[in-house]
Order: sequence, then C-alpha cells, then structure tokens
Amino acid sequence: MAVATHAPRRPGPVLVGSAAVVAAWVVCAAFWPHLVPYDPDLQAPADRFLPPGPDHWLGADHYGRDVLSRLVAGARPVLVVAPLAALVSVAAGTALGLLAGAVRGWFDGLVMRLLDAVVVFPVIIAAVLFIALLGRSAPVLVLVIAAAFVPLVTRSVRAATLVEREKPYVEAARLRGEPLWSLVVRELLPNVRGTVLVEATTRLGDAIFAAATLSFLGLGQPPGSPDWGSSVADNRLWLQLAPWTVLAPALAIGSLVVAVALLTDRLRRQLGRS
Amino acid sequence: MTAGPVKGGPVAGGPVMPPGLVVDGLSVAYPAGPVLHDIRLAVRPGETFGLVGESGCGKTTLGYLLGGHLEAGGRVLGGRVLVDGVDVLALRPAALRRWRASHVAFVHQEAASSLDPTMRVGRQVAHVLRAQGLPRQAVAARARELLSRVRLPDVDALARRYPHQLSGGQQQRVVIACALATRPRLLVLDEPTTGLDASVQHEVLGLLTGLATELATAVVLVSHDLPLVGQACDRVGVLYAGRLVEVGPVGEVLAAPAHPYTVALLDSAPTLGVPRAARPLATIPGRPPRPGETGAGCRFAPRCPAAVDACRSAEPALAELAPAGAALVPSGGHAVRCLRPGAVGRAAPGARPAPAGRPGPVLLQVRGLTRRYGRTVALDNVDLTIHHGEVVGLVGESGSGKTTLARAVVGLGPPGEGDVLLDGQELPARVTQRSRQLRRRVQMVFQNPDTTLNPEHRVRHILHRAIRTLRGHDDVPALARRAQLDDDLLDCLPARLSGGQKQRVAIARSFAGSPSLVVCDEPVSALDVSVQAGVLETLARQRDRTGTSYLFISHDLAVVGYLADRVAVLYRGVLVEQGPAGQVLAGPHHPYTARLVAATAPTAAAPAFVEPAPVDPAGDGPGCRYASRCPYRIAGRCDRVAPPAVALDDGHLVRCHLDPASLPSAAWLAPGSPAAAARPG
Repeated sequence: MAVATHAPRRPGPVLVGSAAVVAAWVVCAAFWPHLVPYDPDLQAPADRFLPPGPDHWLGADHYGRDVLSRLVAGARPVLVVAPLAALVSVAAGTALGLLAGAVRGWFDGLVMRLLDAVVVFPVIIAAVLFIALLGRSAPVLVLVIAAAFVPLVTRSVRAATLVEREKPYVEAARLRGEPLWSLVVRELLPNVRGTVLVEATTRLGDAIFAAATLSFLGLGQPPGSPDWGSSVADNRLWLQLAPWTVLAPALAIGSLVVAVALLTDRLRRQLGRS
Repeated sequence: MTAGPVKGGPVAGGPVMPPGLVVDGLSVAYPAGPVLHDIRLAVRPGETFGLVGESGCGKTTLGYLLGGHLEAGGRVLGGRVLVDGVDVLALRPAALRRWRASHVAFVHQEAASSLDPTMRVGRQVAHVLRAQGLPRQAVAARARELLSRVRLPDVDALARRYPHQLSGGQQQRVVIACALATRPRLLVLDEPTTGLDASVQHEVLGLLTGLATELATAVVLVSHDLPLVGQACDRVGVLYAGRLVEVGPVGEVLAAPAHPYTVALLDSAPTLGVPRAARPLATIPGRPPRPGETGAGCRFAPRCPAAVDACRSAEPALAELAPAGAALVPSGGHAVRCLRPGAVGRAAPGARPAPAGRPGPVLLQVRGLTRRYGRTVALDNVDLTIHHGEVVGLVGESGSGKTTLARAVVGLGPPGEGDVLLDGQELPARVTQRSRQLRRRVQMVFQNPDTTLNPEHRVRHILHRAIRTLRGHDDVPALARRAQLDDDLLDCLPARLSGGQKQRVAIARSFAGSPSLVVCDEPVSALDVSVQAGVLETLARQRDRTGTSYLFISHDLAVVGYLADRVAVLYRGVLVEQGPAGQVLAGPHHPYTARLVAATAPTAAAPAFVEPAPVDPAGDGPGCRYASRCPYRIAGRCDRVAPPAVALDDGHLVRCHLDPASLPSAAWLAPGSPAAAARPG
C-alpha cells in the first residue's frame, strides 16, 4: 500500500540523557573493580574527612575511605536487588492476576483476600521480621521487596484481565473449548501485556527506592557494604563536618530513580506510537 | 433569532451570498493525501441536507469542517465554508470560538457520552443556556420549553433524572435539546441514530425535520444509510472518495438515482419484505480508494459496472441533469458527477420464488426458558424451535432479551429454568459442561467486529486454533476462501482488516468444525450498508453449502426478512409471535410486530409514536406486557389476563387477546408480494 507513514521520530534529549545515566550506573555495577581509583574498603586514617580534591575527587569519609570508589562500587547491590525484585513481583503478580481474573469464583476471592492481608501488614515491620528470621542478605531483600509489590501488580493485571475476559474473542475461545491455560496464555496474556509492561517499569523505580530505604534502615546489606542506602545511614552522623559523604550517595540514588522513571516513561511512549 | 454578527465579518465584495450554509469549492488534504475535492453544496435555512457515503469517503471530515474543526495534520487546499455569509475557515481562533458558541451545534453518534453522567438532564440544558448568558430566572422556563420541544414526555419529572435513567432515544433527544439551546444557524448531526432501535430512529429523525423548519436552521445529517436519510431529508448528497458524486432532492435521487454508486448503495440495502430468494443484494466489488491513492478518471470507475474507457481517462464534472442556468453552487437541482448518468438502473425484484419447501426435522428446541438478572425477568418462559437448515430471525427492541436468549443457547449466559435440546439431547446451561461434540455443533458470531478477534493473533492463527480445538477437517486457506476471504489477509493482524473482513473471519471461525447451529447476534449492525450486503451474502452461501441452521438476531427487520425463513418476535422477554417470515412481517400479526414493521416503512406511513410507560421490572402483573403501549388493548382484559397463544395457519403463533380477524397487518406489504413465504432450498 502506498499510504505514507510517519517517519520514526528521533529519540529526544530526555530519552538519551536518562538512558546515559542508567547505562553509566549499570556499567559501574558491572565493572566497578576495574573502574574504582581505590579499594572502596581501604581505610586511610590520614585522609579522614578529606574534602573533595585532586586525590579524592569526592573526598573521603570518617575512615578515610574514598567516597567516589564507594559510590561506584555501591551501584552493584542496588542494581542487582531492584531489578530482581521487580522481575519476581511482576512475574508472580501477572500469573496471579491473570488466573484470578480468568477463573473468578472462590479462587479469585481467596487470592485477593490473601493479598489484602499482605497489603495491610506494614512493609517495614515485615522486613524486620523476615530479616531477623533469615538474616541480612541480598536474596532476602529481593523476596521482601517483591512480596510487598506482588499485591499491587496482581490488582492491576487482574483489573485488565477482567476487562478483556468479557470481550467476544475470549468468549469465542471458551465456546470452542480452549483449556484454561490456553485461554490465559494465548488469549489473555498478550492483551494485558501493556499493563504488565507499565507495572514492570513502575515497580523497577519503586524497587530501587525500597532497596535504598531498607539499607538505610540497616535492613538491607551486611554492615560495611558500600551500598548507597547504608552509606547515607553511616555518614549522616558527620553530616555537618563532611556533607559530601552523605550528599554523594543520596544524589546517586536520586539520579538513578529519576533516570529510570524518565527512561521507562519515554520508552513506553515510543512503544505506544508504533 | 437573537444571534448578531460576529467579528471576522461577512465577506466583503463579491456576489451576495444566500443565507444558510454554502460550501464553495472546498478541498482538504491530510498528510496521506487529499480527502475532499471541490465540494460545492448549499443548504438553505430550514432545509435538511443528508450527506451519505461509505466509511472513509470523507463525510465526517466534511461534517466537522462545517464547524471550522479540522483534525491535526489536515490542510484546507482551497474553497470556503460560508454560514449566513460568514467565512468560517477565515475566522481568527477567538472569533471562531465565539461564532461556534452562538451559530453552530453538533450532535454526535453516542448520545450517552455527550451527556454528563453526574448531572440531571434538566441542569445540563440549563448549563448551556447559562453559558449563553441567559438570566438565571429565565433559564428554568426555557430549559423546560426546549425539552418539550424535542417531544420528551412528562418534562418536569424527566428533567430531574440522570442520563442513565433515560432510554437511548430519550438521551439523543436531550442532546438535541442542548444543541438547539444556542439557536444555531447550522446544526450538524453525525450518525445521530446509529445504534438506536428502528422505531426510535424514526422518531428522532422525524423530530429533526420538524425542528429544522420551525427554527429556520440549516441542518446537515451525516449518515451511511441512504434509505434512512431519505426519510428525514429534503435534499441529499452522495459522497465518494471525497467527491460529491450526486446531489439532488431526496425524492428524485432515491427514485431515479443517476450515479452508479448511488444505485449500488441503494441496491446493497435490504428492503423490508424482499427476501434473498426474490432479489439477492448487490455487493459493490472492491473498496473505496484510500487518501493518497490517486488515479486518472472517475474515482468510481474501478468498481463501476458501466465504466467505459472514457471514464478512466478524465474525471467528469458535477453537472446538473436538467440544466437550470449556470450557478456558482448547485441551485437545488439534481446534479451528478458521471459521464453516463442513469446507465445503471435499480435491480428489480425477481420472480416470486417457489413456495416454501418442507422444513427438515427439529434441530434445536427451547422449552420454557426463563432467565433473571436480579429482579428483572430477561426471558419469560420462552419456547422456540429451529429446524435443520432453517434460518430463524429473532427481532425485538434493545432490552427485549434477544442477546440473553442467544447466550443461553450457546452456553455463555447464567443458568436458569427451562431446557435447550439439540436433536433431542439436552444442552447443559454452561459451555464448560458441554461435551466437545456439542461445543462443535453450536457456535456463535458476535456483534462488534472490533472485539470479536484477538487483536494479537494473525488471521491464520485464529482460524488454525478454531480448526484445532473444534476438530475441523478443513485447512486454513480453504476455510477462509469459503468465507470470501482473500489468502493475502491470512497473515494480517485484525487491526489491518475492515469491519466486513473481521466479521468474515468470525464467520469462518464459527464454521471451522462444521456446526449444526450458528447463533448470529447482530452480525451486521455495526457495518456500513454496502459492507453489510457482502457479509449477509457470506452467511447465506455458508448456509446453502452446509445446511447449517442460524438463529439470526437483529433489530433491523429488513435484514431479518432478507435472510430468515421464520421470524420470532421478542418483547420484554416474552415471545409474542413466531411464524413464517413473510406472514409475520406482512401480517396479520401482533400489534407489537405491527409497530416494528411500521418503523421500518419506506413511506411516511408510520403510526403515531406511543412513548413507553415507565417500566417497573418487578411490577409486571399477569396481563400482557405490551398492554400499556398497545393501541388495540382491550381494557380490563389485556392488562389483567395473560394472552393466549393463538395459532394461525402454517405454524404462525400470535400471543394476543385480539380476535385473529382483527389483528393488524401491513397493507403496503401485501400478502401477494414476494415477501409472502420465501424459502430457498
């Protein structure tokens, strides 16, 4: 057909900028041993509270550790925990939401009431409880964050499923006797994909924030980790003496959360156009 | 009229423009290509002009442009739109906004979405009046006057209701009341009655014609339904590929269409009382050109049965059939853009078909079916029989229970009392309880073409899944070809298909496992008239080939009469009549059937409209449910005693207290006409 289509629009500055920030942090997380100027755990008492300068670009903390090195190394914990948590919560939430929406009846009621119970339980208390039982480690952190997000994902996916399941194409599939799994996987899943995608991107941003928050509260990484949340917590006692030690990891968290939010938003718009 | 002149002003100089709407040589293009080409028309105040054409011919673009609205990316290449001499397209944005507020009103297709669901309808009308600057004290009286002007019953009570408490026709009349509140000089209605029942359509259109004359407003009615427009308009223009191909007084255009496209549009619409055996519908081959698809010559030539070489080399101009002097714009005469006007005539009904053959053995038997939604009885003790190879048409207004019955038969509805038997074998109420054999034998075609196919699956996959699950023996291309689907569509996603093609895929899908019964729930009501003819033909051919029975549901009596062997009439959950199609439509028949038939009448022979009394779902007494609206009711009997089922000849059952001799009948559908009993095969 000779119908003219719009030329694909060039990615805007926001997309490029946010993608660059995210990519930079991903590179840090992956290759930090090769990038850091100092060992992030190397203590140099002579350099305590050294302000930013030519030797230590972002200064040093109360043990004389290089803030820049800790910043670069600290990207790894959050960039491992948050995407995993988002992935687990979206996978579980999508499966539950689709099933609950497709089956309805008592199964739907049971799933949704159980998830309500999870939601009313305060996340921080739950985290304390789990971490006390299972110890402080990355897998536990992933599970705690994912568990907190599953009800939210489930509700969105279930709502989308309830809209789709009433449409004639699903009824036609029921009329010709498609089994439940086929109904869910073949008919419903492709048509709630948009909702799943939105949930995945939203949950990724939330998970970064949640991981940092739990670390700040000392519920995340083991002590001494260069993780950003822990760094803010450790250094806040010396906030007035050496503000760079708090500012740097705080800004790192902020930059990653904002960049992920902008990036996913722009990507969604690009996908929506095609 | 209080409307004063608007800044931006009347056109200075030039000839004096007639009042009303004048479109002068208007051409518009979208990025993909030109969509409107040299449109010239004039609508006088008080005149109703119908703008007709298939989807994608530019009628909506033109309708919106009359109010100065142009979709983003559109450009006006030339020409003017003048309303009472004001050049609308030349107005500055602020002046245009002021002009729109006081001079033009639009009514859209979906009445329900034009009204604010949280606001009582009286306040909505008042709102428009307040925005006009009418003093607060005068508003209430004027709102009341407007609502009664659109012939709404019991205005004081109705003004206090919310939109969802009104029927579709009442909602549309409230929207029209809002539109009239501004005393517009131009009223544009875009498919205002699509989706309404035939009887309500009739009422809304009749209202419009009256009001246009009364208020001296120029009215433009945009529709795809040429015969329908014929009922309401003074003049009509037929649009094809962005060009006016024929324009003239409605009587002349309908009686003696000169352009082959107009003829094709008229021939593709079924006529009440003419079944397929008497005159198969003409389908227009091909499709309209898309914007940007250019070619020399007449744009209709590739689809025209009368095209000659000259048609393909130069595009004809819009010329008056009987020249009445050269005019800037068509002066009201009959004009056509064709080299050989009148070369194609209307198809005449063929010879009277052979009398009905004997029906096959009973296939489906519905016995005492009752379904309730809460306190509302959707189906009340319905008995219905469908024979092998038979098409049974089911008609009734919206809310009469047609779809509930359809869904109960296929097993998608809620369970309830009564039985459904297929070849004597009980069909469980839920499809999940039915065996694979039974599921294969009862399939369904749904109403909305846009949601009937999984948007993420290609046509090939959709048909493949149907064959796999229903254990069919065809391969995908053969199945598609039988539904008149081209092979190159098989690898398309549904979004690339037209509405008619989507319904064909749905039909092919339902036939994947050689079904005994296909339930068709308004399969063509969302389609253009010309597309509808093709889909009906596909359904008819499938039936002729396989002997599959249909339960064919439609609110359009002409469509049902075209395809059905027998017709059943449902009124608020009660089957008031069933029998051979010709007899049910021509009568003598139930008073309710008489009303439905009259609403479809091509003449102005419609009876006075009886506004239905408010219905209390739980408050039905033992009497006839139609009694409150029935002009023939027998006081003291009809509203107290349940009417008996009276058997006329040929298995024609009427549930009415009237003596069979005094039942009404449609005189213009004489029993000797081809409508009387036609049963192919």
